[in-house]
Amino acid sequence: MSDAGERSWPLWEVFGQEGDGEAHQHMGSVHACDAEQALQFARDVYARRNEAISLWVVPSAAITASTPEDMGPFFDPANDKAYRHPQFYKVPKGVKVF
Amino acid sequence: MTGTVAEDPARLAEFEARIAADQSIEPKDWMPERYRSQLVRMMSQHAHSEVVGMLPEGNWITRAPSLRRKMILLAKVQDEGGHGLYIYCGTETLGVDRHDLVQQLLDGKAKYSSIFNYPTLSWADIGAIGWLVDGAAIVNQTMLAKASYGPYARAMVRICKEENFHKRQGYEIMATLSRGTPAQKAMAQESLNRWWWPSLMMFGPHDKDSSNSDELMKWGVKRKSNDELRQRFINLTIAQVKAIDLTVPDPDLRYDEASGDWITGPIDWDEFWRVVKGNGPCNGERIAARRKAHAEGEWVREAATAFAEKQQRDNRATTDTQQTAGATDE
Repeated sequence: MSDAGERSWPLWEVFGQEGDGEAHQHMGSVHACDAEQALQFARDVYARRNEAISLWVVPSAAITASTPEDMGPFFDPANDKAYRHPQFYKVPKGVKVF
Repeated sequence: MTGTVAEDPARLAEFEARIAADQSIEPKDWMPERYRSQLVRMMSQHAHSEVVGMLPEGNWITRAPSLRRKMILLAKVQDEGGHGLYIYCGTETLGVDRHDLVQQLLDGKAKYSSIFNYPTLSWADIGAIGWLVDGAAIVNQTMLAKASYGPYARAMVRICKEENFHKRQGYEIMATLSRGTPAQKAMAQESLNRWWWPSLMMFGPHDKDSSNSDELMKWGVKRKSNDELRQRFINLTIAQVKAIDLTVPDPDLRYDEASGDWITGPIDWDEFWRVVKGNGPCNGERIAARRKAHAEGEWVREAATAFAEKQQRDNRATTDTQQTAGATDE
């Protein structure tokens, strides 16, 4: 079996917007030879039932992600900054609606 | 074989604690090699089953009794292809190549659900497959939607939503035939007779004989045992059989008041193993059909690759010309 061509088809991550005003969310991935084919495959694979009104495809290789090992040190600067949340602040008694 | 790779005990303990806490395992997370290989085995078999599952039903697309039924069947078969793709992509997150998996299927080295090695002899079989085969798959996949491996669980959520239509359309075919002429009703009954036992076998061997179950349950890939899932399917289905005035081919079937379960007679496991080992009615035919379809699609894949490469070359040439033009303008 030759198929050397298809083996070189890169992987694309598919993001779809479900409805007007919503954010694009990750739906899955497809193999495709180019961006146009990736969009068509994404439509056929992930939007057969109107799951999306808009699709993005991104070469998986172009995505840089944090690693699970990073999880602690990478995100912990946020841990000790409770003052970023409104609940941190006391409102004087008597103020009902702020 | 278990225990071929010595895992770091600290990491293993950490992993098992995450499983115990019902956390989702994601592709980049550390996982024991055995967890990875069991998932690759299970998910690739599942993906192959979706793809091979298109064949028995594809057999009836050109002979569907009405345009409505034909459109429904086309949509269902297309869904199965899509399900195969979701799960192949999920499997690739474990570091394998879809190509190699497909090659294993074409080489006859991969397993897939034995149910698809039975023939579709009558139109009623399309009803029986949607109702019973997809019905059994839903029971299994609803459980797998809570699997510990994130990409597998997410693919299952999507698949379960779509399978419900498959089951409904199949049951509708059976109900329609059962209400039809005596010959139509007999066709529905004959089909149920052939598909009932193989559907029960879809859940795999009894728990005591299932070699992979313990490990899969320990790691939260499976949440319920083969026998539990089979019993759930039987209990759900018997009421549906009665509602369309058919009977299951089991003289020993009885209702157990104490447990509230329908208890079936013994399953013919010799038949099960015969089909699993390659000697079912259609094992050879299915692989031959896959090989033919793959070979006949080869020129399309080649053409698409060549076109994409040409586009890339053309784009590069245009960019180069523009850059040169820009340089000259200065």
